[in-house]
Amino acid sequence: MTATLVAVQVLNGLQLGVLLFLVAAGLTLVFGVMDFINLAHGVQYMLGAYLAVTFYGLTGNFFAALVLALLAALAFGLLLEFVVFRHLYDRDHLDQVLATFGVILFLNEGVRIVWGAAPLSYPIPQLLQGTIPLIDGFGYPIYRVAMIVSGLATAVLLWFLVTRTRVGMLVRAGASNPRMVSALGVDIRRLFMVVFGFGAMLAGFAGVMSGPILSVEPGMGDGVLILAFVVIVIGGIGSIRGAFVAALIIGLVDTLGRSFMTDIFKAFMAPAAANQVGPAIASMLIYLLMAGVLFFRPTGLFPAAGR
Amino acid sequence: MRKVLTAALVAAGMGVGGAAIAAEPLKIGLMGTLSGPPAVLGQHINDGFKLFVEQQGGKLGGRDVEIFVADDELKPDVALTKVKGLLERDKVDFVAGIVFSNILQAVFRPVTESETFLIGANAGTSTFAGKGCSPYFFSTSWQNDQIHEVMGKYAQDKGFKSAFLLTPNYQAGKDSVAGFKRHFKGEVVDEVYTKLGNLDFSAELAKIAAAKPEVLFTFMPGGMGVNLVKQFKQAGLDKNVTFLSAFTVDETTLPATKDDAVGLFSSSQWTPDLDNPANKAFVSAYEAKYGYVPSLYSSQGYDAAQLINSAVKAVKGDLSDKKAVIAALRKADFASVRGDFKYNTNHFPIQDYYLVKAVKRADGKYATSVVEKVFDDYGDIYAAECSMK
Repeated sequence: MTATLVAVQVLNGLQLGVLLFLVAAGLTLVFGVMDFINLAHGVQYMLGAYLAVTFYGLTGNFFAALVLALLAALAFGLLLEFVVFRHLYDRDHLDQVLATFGVILFLNEGVRIVWGAAPLSYPIPQLLQGTIPLIDGFGYPIYRVAMIVSGLATAVLLWFLVTRTRVGMLVRAGASNPRMVSALGVDIRRLFMVVFGFGAMLAGFAGVMSGPILSVEPGMGDGVLILAFVVIVIGGIGSIRGAFVAALIIGLVDTLGRSFMTDIFKAFMAPAAANQVGPAIASMLIYLLMAGVLFFRPTGLFPAAGR
Repeated sequence: MRKVLTAALVAAGMGVGGAAIAAEPLKIGLMGTLSGPPAVLGQHINDGFKLFVEQQGGKLGGRDVEIFVADDELKPDVALTKVKGLLERDKVDFVAGIVFSNILQAVFRPVTESETFLIGANAGTSTFAGKGCSPYFFSTSWQNDQIHEVMGKYAQDKGFKSAFLLTPNYQAGKDSVAGFKRHFKGEVVDEVYTKLGNLDFSAELAKIAAAKPEVLFTFMPGGMGVNLVKQFKQAGLDKNVTFLSAFTVDETTLPATKDDAVGLFSSSQWTPDLDNPANKAFVSAYEAKYGYVPSLYSSQGYDAAQLINSAVKAVKGDLSDKKAVIAALRKADFASVRGDFKYNTNHFPIQDYYLVKAVKRADGKYATSVVEKVFDDYGDIYAAECSMK
């Protein structure tokens, strides 16, 4: 019984982990390759979900909406890069933070004006409805399994792109020493644009996938952004592998902490006190973890070479 | 340069003077949370309020109305700054709205101590219903506990034996649990407090499934409730566990949860299908104007405007005698869209509370609908601590 519960929670943790990975992968690439802090990355996650709402309304088909939303997210990412971000690459981090924070405010308000303040949603596709029975009377939704699978598939794809293709090689080289790459005759600006658009699309993908289980609302990307930053700090900035491992760790620690921390405290505390302390500690766990990692390995678990 | 400035000042001064000679409009500060995820609540209140003003030809109690909209951003410090602006700069006669309890706590004293009338159209903190009550405050909603009490009473009356309680980890969440337990005497198998703004309830739902309660009682306002309802349904828990909620399933979240919420229970003092003439007129006018189904928040905003209208009319537009205005407000001499409505000694309503259920209407839109009346003419327990008689 308890073993099943733990198994369910591990699955939940994995699912949160792969979702975080999809967001963090783009963030760490942009941060690592371009040395650019993009706070607006969470907004791209939100836009992915909102675009899917609109395209679902037009087509009535989840998969069509997914493809269209991904293309639109890519286009919008490139547009943002063209209009705002490319003017910030040579500025210092504070300017980047300020400008991209402005983009957050602007777009959060923008979606509120376009789509309204009320939460929206679209349903799980017919194909992925239903549950896998685990505990008596409780099933694990097939859609969540599909999220885990698609996240892992994306991780494999990314690994292939980064380690086995020419663009991937340039990205890795760019992360280590952008000036040298530029000196060797690579158009670093175009590389940046590709990386940026791809990162925006990954975040949009995460947004589209979360739409059916979470509510699509203004500001939904802000919480995810903070977690994604925790992930890339733990994983090592610029490292896809680090982002992957760290995202799974964060997903598991957060989920298992939330599920069992109160029960652990109840073992040696009065229930009322445990109800106070448990949730408080559980919500701090990932930050404690981050502080620990920063203390022992300031560059993260898998620092990108050359940084 | 100086001359130009002086001329401008003189002109501005004359402008102000000129306005004062003409009949001064009734100034109302409409404060609510209008940004961030909970913005929809403030929007519903304001839409309800403005609808009534519009129906009266832009007047309340015979006086032209000027509305100052303020967004508290769900930050008490911002609310305090903005409410001071309303009081000192705009010199409003009424402050109305206020979605969240922590905002009410921030603005309550500045408004009431300046002897400005405060019409609470949502938050009903226990402090201001009991010892901290003020003659200048009137609520057109409820005292916070009451909505939760409805659920506890219903669960007790139906003979449910075990309940699992799930609320966000902040004061209103704890109050909600206390309100539920006031009438529910069965076994509480577990109380789980989640982080405020929690997105994914998979961990909590697995715990619920393992604990096998007969009912789940939850208070998850806004987007949290949307997530919970969808995930509850997706996990198939609705087959074995009765879902009782407060501020979780209503017209602000139903557009997102749609079929996933149909059949789930909530508690309210109002629904769009509540059968009285005032309500029918309100709902049809509201849907025609805004194109969406009103929520209890909209009804509270509408009643707040009705309350102000009734009092200003009773004193013939003259607000200088504050005692007379308070006495007029106290009478609540208007046809509330919720039916029975009168004021308790602490200026909170004595009204009926219902068990309500989410339904899909014939026109394809989603709304809440009355299942049964749980409390009749119910006042809150804090009124006895209030020194007003």
